[in-house]
Amino acid sequence: MSAPNKSYDPVEVEALKPEEIERMRDEALAAFASAGDLDELREAKTAHMGDRSPLALANREIGALPPQAKAEAGKRVGQARGAVNKAFGARTVELEAERDERVLVEEAVDVTLPHDRVPAGARHPLTTLMDRIADIFVGMGYEVAEGPEVEAEWFNFDALNFTPDHPARQMQDTFFVRGPEGTEGDESGVVLRTHTSPVQARSLLERKPPVYIVCPGRVYRTDELDATHTPVFHQVELLAVDEGLTMADLRGTIDHMVKELFGEETTTRLRPHFFPFTEPSAEMDMQCYVCRGASVGNPDRPCRTCSSEGWIELGGCGMVNPKVLIACGVDPEKYSGFAFGFGIERMLMFRHNVEDMRDMVEGDIRFTRPFGMEI
Amino acid sequence: MRVPLSWLREYVDLPAGETGRDVAAKLVDAGLEVETVEQLGGGLTGPLVVGQVLTIEELEGFRKPIRFCTVDVGRANGTGEPQEIVCGARNFSVGDKVVVVLPGAVLPGDFAIASRKTYGKTSHGMICSGEELGMGDDGTHGIIVLPPEHEVGTDAIELLQLVDEVLDIDITPDRGYCMSLRGVAREAATAYGLPLRDPALLDVPAPNSYGYLVKVEDPAGCDRFTARTVTGLDPEARSPIWLTRRLQKAGMRPISLAVDVTNYVMLELGQPLHAYDRSRLDGAIGVRRAEQGEEFTTLDGVKRILDAEDLVITDSSGPIGLAGVMGGANTEIADSVTDPETGQVTGTTDVVIEAAHFDSVSISRTARRLKLSSEASKRFERGVDPLAAAAAAQRTVDLLVLLAGGTAEAGVTELIAPGAPRTIAMSANHPDRVAGMEYGRETVVRRLQEIGCDVYGQDELVVTVPSWRPDLAEPNDLAEEVIRLEGYANLPSTLPQVPSGRGLTARQQLHRRVGRALAGAGYVEALSYPFLGEGVFDQLQLSAHDATRQVVRLVNPISDEEPALRTTLLPGLLGALRRNDSRGSHDLALFETGSVFRAGSQPGVAVRLPADRRPTDEEIATLDAALPAQPRYAAVVLAGAREQAGWWGKGRPADWADAVQAARSLAVEAGAELVVRQGQYGPWHPGRCAELLVTLDGVETVIGHAGELHPRVVKAMGLPARTSAMELDLDRLAAAGGEPVRAPRISTFPVATQDVALIVDTTVAATAVEAALRAGAGELLESLRLFDVFTGEQVGEGKKSLAYALRFRAADRTLTAEESTAARDAAVALAGERTGAVLRGA
Repeated sequence: MSAPNKSYDPVEVEALKPEEIERMRDEALAAFASAGDLDELREAKTAHMGDRSPLALANREIGALPPQAKAEAGKRVGQARGAVNKAFGARTVELEAERDERVLVEEAVDVTLPHDRVPAGARHPLTTLMDRIADIFVGMGYEVAEGPEVEAEWFNFDALNFTPDHPARQMQDTFFVRGPEGTEGDESGVVLRTHTSPVQARSLLERKPPVYIVCPGRVYRTDELDATHTPVFHQVELLAVDEGLTMADLRGTIDHMVKELFGEETTTRLRPHFFPFTEPSAEMDMQCYVCRGASVGNPDRPCRTCSSEGWIELGGCGMVNPKVLIACGVDPEKYSGFAFGFGIERMLMFRHNVEDMRDMVEGDIRFTRPFGMEI
Repeated sequence: MRVPLSWLREYVDLPAGETGRDVAAKLVDAGLEVETVEQLGGGLTGPLVVGQVLTIEELEGFRKPIRFCTVDVGRANGTGEPQEIVCGARNFSVGDKVVVVLPGAVLPGDFAIASRKTYGKTSHGMICSGEELGMGDDGTHGIIVLPPEHEVGTDAIELLQLVDEVLDIDITPDRGYCMSLRGVAREAATAYGLPLRDPALLDVPAPNSYGYLVKVEDPAGCDRFTARTVTGLDPEARSPIWLTRRLQKAGMRPISLAVDVTNYVMLELGQPLHAYDRSRLDGAIGVRRAEQGEEFTTLDGVKRILDAEDLVITDSSGPIGLAGVMGGANTEIADSVTDPETGQVTGTTDVVIEAAHFDSVSISRTARRLKLSSEASKRFERGVDPLAAAAAAQRTVDLLVLLAGGTAEAGVTELIAPGAPRTIAMSANHPDRVAGMEYGRETVVRRLQEIGCDVYGQDELVVTVPSWRPDLAEPNDLAEEVIRLEGYANLPSTLPQVPSGRGLTARQQLHRRVGRALAGAGYVEALSYPFLGEGVFDQLQLSAHDATRQVVRLVNPISDEEPALRTTLLPGLLGALRRNDSRGSHDLALFETGSVFRAGSQPGVAVRLPADRRPTDEEIATLDAALPAQPRYAAVVLAGAREQAGWWGKGRPADWADAVQAARSLAVEAGAELVVRQGQYGPWHPGRCAELLVTLDGVETVIGHAGELHPRVVKAMGLPARTSAMELDLDRLAAAGGEPVRAPRISTFPVATQDVALIVDTTVAATAVEAALRAGAGELLESLRLFDVFTGEQVGEGKKSLAYALRFRAADRTLTAEESTAARDAAVALAGERTGAVLRGA
């Protein structure tokens, strides 16, 4: 460092000449501008802004100037250093942005790579379909009722007006539970429930009317497993017992469910039928939601879903037989009710194009997995 | 019930253009389940004519006998010349009238007929069998030989009524009357609003005392018995074509004139009839219950052992018929036999006709017990019109006289147990209240009259139901009749005002959460059959006294291999695992939730309570006591890779820890505190089995197990190596949970972390070390996590190192290093005291 030289005029000091300061500034600006990356910029910064940089050295000369010259020289150098600082800042932002851009490009990956480290699980579509149907009714105020699968004959048959010799009792192929030693055949009075209807009787016995329940569950009949039969299957049963319930209410409730499951425009049809536990009784059909009846009598447009019938059979329904109410301690003079029930396997088959009942039974993950968590 | 449309039209003047499908649609709306509408003679075009065989030349040298025939077909072939036809059938002779199809015709099944060379001759058409014409099986498989009276050249399509439609109707148990043309015609008439010509409206002579002697000992089982006698039947008489054709179309095989006539009348009127060969009857006909163990051979040749409940028809020799089910071989109508030398035909000439009414319960029990379901028993089970018996007997007599040249004897036996018509009291607006729409009294009365009721009264109706409708007993039965005839399609669609419900119960919500949690963790749900064979318990290495062996057994299982109900979900679920594995899916995680069935020490008997009143709570309790416990279980099974290998790196095989973790996640869903303990239980690897416990009523209770299966179990059951499994009692897990979560206080002061590695014996459970650390660390411990387990030389034989990260934090201040270190030291000290843990490196 030079000692102050009081006799010096700033213009006389070479480094502090205005044109010299300008040159230093311009060189710095040019160096920053030409810096191609942050490393070069850092070098340029050392060269033009560091302690040994021309401007820094020039700045030191100011101290040696006589007081009257210091102000002017200081201002000149200060302005130049300010411009250099600013240019550096601007270039830094520019280069950082460029670098970030480049890094992001370099870090790019193939986002289509699979990541099935733990393959997805799934609930069984029969489960989710039953849940979904139950939810439709729970949303209306119904409650979900349950009952045992190994059931007393009284609940499965007698309470539902299947008298011991009623032909309808033979219509159902019942699994009988073996009784204690010394009893034979069906003498235990215990069966695998053949339908979810015993839950009707249990609910009426346990609850006081009004009763509005929906009962999804597993039931049993002695059919051999094949493409369209299974000895173990699922039903959803619905029961409403209240004052003044009518067949119109039954119809409206079926309509509601079918529209929820198959679309607003789906219509239903009731056909007179016979069931011991309902009177009047009906079979309920829904319009085929695939062809909407267009396949009927139209061989050019056959429909596999409804076999070109236009209608899909859902299940049975009717007004609760007053005899059932009596057996369950409900006064048929005061209360009436309706009930319906249908098979879930069948509905899954036509709603989701399942062609073979065995697929629902065997637990093959390739069948179940695509159904996921909801249906 | 098969109903030929042409026959139905005999009783109702259905509109001429109405097709079988049209009629079926109307009947379906009225509640008859029309399964199919069969088109008979569809695509059939002539010429198809009556011919007479002129000559027969036997052709030699072929593998089967072949005949070259000339047949007179009149002018049907255009020339009047004999038609040359090659025929393989042999059941005809020169002079017989046969059915000939000529070239140019098309037989059912798109079978076009043309002249063709065969067996060295040219055959110009065919002599037809019934099967070729779509007439159904006549039992002979031969060609049709017509009665001689039909003229050659007559159109056989018309003659044999080959073109028709047949409605096949599934008759529900309440509509027994529709097991007759009469009943179906009644429904068709009502559906079309047309009058019915009731075939049962016949003039019937009054009963008298000189008919065949009948004694009914059991009027409860047989409240009506009509007997008529026809003598002098011509044994040579054959059923006319119209009769056999109707029987065939209705699905019955023509047998002999007398039998055909009784079948025909049964189809027409719904009254089962029986014709006895009078010459084979020995004395008076009786009706009584069988003696226990009494033997009887039915006309199908089977010897039956009878029960004291069975109703039998007798003569003085013993039983001659199983009432309402099947006749006996001993009084069967004899087939007519032609003496080959004299040409004389012998056979039954005198018959006694039975038209009786039997108790439906009795008939159905007998038919069921003997597994003998006949056309008669099917009708009696569902209920036969008792008032049709006399008409049916008369109709049979008339037809036998007409067709077999018989003479009706004047004697008419008719035994009738006293009984009154049944009436039902019903408010006139009851159908309206059931339907939810207004029909009005007038409509209600009119509809009830249409089905045959007599109706009296204004607001309160007294309805006398017709004799053929035993199913009508309650006001709702009548309401159904009105509503169905007015059309179910016209019912309005309304929604009831459902009171607000309580949504799903906690248990139901848990079941759904469990399913979602397991599916979310990669498990796929299987729904296995709940049947098992008890041999599987040995495969699972269960001890002889294991409660899992207390099964409920079925009387009639689908498979004798699996006669019991499951007490554990594992066999079914492992079966699904094995099935998937064998089908090429090897990385498997399956789950199932569902009931298992645990028999009590002694299977119960559920008494049959009456259904005409509410059973008492005590009675219901006895029913429930007879049922097995049916708790809901959850289980998972795993094999292969739990995590797949991929571009991210290596995979990870499924193992015991996944199975235990599944149990832990279920406990989280249930909000229950699950204790996992080293355990030992049959199916599981003795060193890799966790016992799962919860606290119920203050008592720690084992609710299941998890871990890797025992290698012997894996081998015995043919499972993939190192299959792991978990099973627990979901109901008991739920019972241990359900407490609402209490929110923790969240401190915002900084955390102080301290890691410790402790060396313990390998037999020390990690949970014990953790519990000691927690207790020792005291209140300042915010969380603790085991982040490494290490065994090896550095820690020494029989030892393991457990590395824990401890996080300390105070609610009200920043902890000093001294404070957190002191807490850590206290934790380590207690772990040392309780488990022998030593700080690693110390």
